[in-house]
Amino acid sequence: MPQASPPRIYRYTEFDQQMVDERVAQFADQIARNLRGELADEELRPLRLQNGLYIQRHGPMLRVAIPYGVLAAYQLRGLAGIARTYDRGWGHFSTRQNIQYNWFKFEDTPAMLADLAKVQMHAIQTSGNCVRNITTDAFAGIAPDEIVDPRPIAEVLRQWSTFHPEFANLPRKFKIAISGTTDDRAAISVHDIGLQLRVEDGALVADVYVGGGLGRTPIVGSLIRKSLPWQHLITYIEAALRVYNLHGRRDNLYKARIKILVKALGAEKFAAEVDAEWAHLKDGPGTLPQAEYDRIAASFTLPEYETLDDNVEFNDAPKAFHRWVERSVHGHRQAGYRAVTISLKGRDLPPGDATAEQMDAVADLADEFSAGELRVTHEQNLVLPHVRAIDLPALFARLGEHGLATPNVGFITDIICCPGGDLCALANAKSIPIAQALQQRFDDLDYQHDIGEISLNISGCINSCGHHHIGHIGILGVDKHDEEWYQVTLGGDYGATPEQARIGVIIGPSFAAGQVPDVVEKIVKHYLANREGEDERFIDTFRRLGLASFKQAAYAKEEGEAVHV
Amino acid sequence: MSELITTLGGAPALAIDDWELIDDPATELADAVGKVVVPLVWALEHADELRARGDFGLWLKPDDVVETAAPLLDAVGIVAVQYLKFTDGRGNSIAWLLRSRLGYAGDLRAFGDVRRDQLFNLRRCGFSSFRLADGQDGEAALASFKAFSGAYQSSADGRVPAWAQGTGA
Repeated sequence: MPQASPPRIYRYTEFDQQMVDERVAQFADQIARNLRGELADEELRPLRLQNGLYIQRHGPMLRVAIPYGVLAAYQLRGLAGIARTYDRGWGHFSTRQNIQYNWFKFEDTPAMLADLAKVQMHAIQTSGNCVRNITTDAFAGIAPDEIVDPRPIAEVLRQWSTFHPEFANLPRKFKIAISGTTDDRAAISVHDIGLQLRVEDGALVADVYVGGGLGRTPIVGSLIRKSLPWQHLITYIEAALRVYNLHGRRDNLYKARIKILVKALGAEKFAAEVDAEWAHLKDGPGTLPQAEYDRIAASFTLPEYETLDDNVEFNDAPKAFHRWVERSVHGHRQAGYRAVTISLKGRDLPPGDATAEQMDAVADLADEFSAGELRVTHEQNLVLPHVRAIDLPALFARLGEHGLATPNVGFITDIICCPGGDLCALANAKSIPIAQALQQRFDDLDYQHDIGEISLNISGCINSCGHHHIGHIGILGVDKHDEEWYQVTLGGDYGATPEQARIGVIIGPSFAAGQVPDVVEKIVKHYLANREGEDERFIDTFRRLGLASFKQAAYAKEEGEAVHV
Repeated sequence: MSELITTLGGAPALAIDDWELIDDPATELADAVGKVVVPLVWALEHADELRARGDFGLWLKPDDVVETAAPLLDAVGIVAVQYLKFTDGRGNSIAWLLRSRLGYAGDLRAFGDVRRDQLFNLRRCGFSSFRLADGQDGEAALASFKAFSGAYQSSADGRVPAWAQGTGA
């Protein structure tokens, strides 16, 4: 279907395109020098990481940025093309609004990056000790509860941090997340910097949280600056990064994140150091002019909506459709329109994976039903942001043809999961088979419906890519004497605001892989038996009853069961 | 053998290094006849002696507090910032602070574990000369200064962000 208007992604200028093209040329040269033996593997390592290229268990892995989760249909087709041409025909959407390829040839990487550049995409700074892909709410710009559209600020900071010469070799990686809603959907509390955008006296301001993070030392970020006017975001973040670059620990990889520095100094002292640095920068040349904000914001206009009735009833539709609507369809600012989540948590593929055919199909559906625009969620699903409510039955039918109509968004089988030991060289344990075993265990839709809203996160190691610390139920793969064991945490939640964020608590000794479905089911059954009415969610029951009650249930022995202590 | 690249003449070019690093000035300085670079901490304690001698520069290590160098910057011929590992980016902030905060306008050198693929960023942070790590090909490294034709942010090299030039729009 022809496009009435270009998709509402940031529109590359000639300059932007040139910078990405020059990066491809630079990287192609680095790879060529490496293959000729002129650039040692260890010297290439930080260079390739800053282009998203890892060397993994079976070969290389390329992580491609989907800046703040915003994607045009033509770009998703580009991603599908790369999966088909260079990989084995699929990709994995990660928890940080990136997509990862796992089965391509190392020497093809420059060609893959060149193909990405043709659709205005890149793998710049998706890894390495630098500012990473900036993430935000997948419903940015369309959510009914949105105060400020976070995309222009996200793009401003993306550009500012791209190839930043001073902050290219930080002590450790640096992740920024931005929320523009009162009910945070970007998990800003567990990022190195979290920005909560608000409107104060008619002006855009940001509350700046710093030092949150998961990994080995999960910490909720601290508020260090309230009501920072938007013009000062770049200079303030520059000040914070300079303090971190100079004073963050570099002697121990596990203590190098900014959270450790903030913790060591105390949030107040850290804030004072940032303020002292910022005093030199405030109102200087890094101050963002209105014209530049406006130039970038102009990319994120709204599509040409039709005037539609918001009340749409589907009385004759089958139960399966209503089930899907209940889970996948979300409110929209525009009357008669809806946002639709496409679950990538079906039975056939690991969580977050999509085949090239599915990507092409979703791209076609985005063109047909959603003004050519898509989003990627940190829960590893896709979103069609501008769907006419009256089109929902047709969209549901078309999604079903491609195995993409699983009605489980927000349910226990909507598992957030890293690639784990099947693919990742860092992992201590596999995570995908655990996810698949749990999906089988809870396959029954009525059962899932009865359990209701719950988040279940799995990480294959303490690097916590599966964000297990903030799952209502978190599962962490650990290595014990060369065997894979799984530690269970309960009560994690990134919270509506950072103040409400909670890190999950370990319930006790870890379990063997085969025990995990039983243990999770015991925990779930304990919830079902003890909740005060169907409206009390798992997390609410957990908070009311406390850890001890659930721990007892999880370790209640059945005949023939062994618990590893 | 480590090669030296300088941008003092404009375009980056190979040059002869006439600065001598003096690791232990207490014992070595008396015998040194030419231009010497001495550790910052020692220089601060022997400022008068160095001013009288002339032809001296400061050797900064990654954990030195660069602001303490301020009283000597008017007298030095060079400030040399050491990279112990090329992945340690503290020197980048030290260079930026020397140029942008402390107003140092003389030769600012990166030395130690300095490699070809870092040069573009180092120059942007304010470095004007580069003594490469042993084994780095200086002639080949010259190409790396042309990696990017523009910048998204200001640093200490005088480039302005694309948007401030009007080419962003």
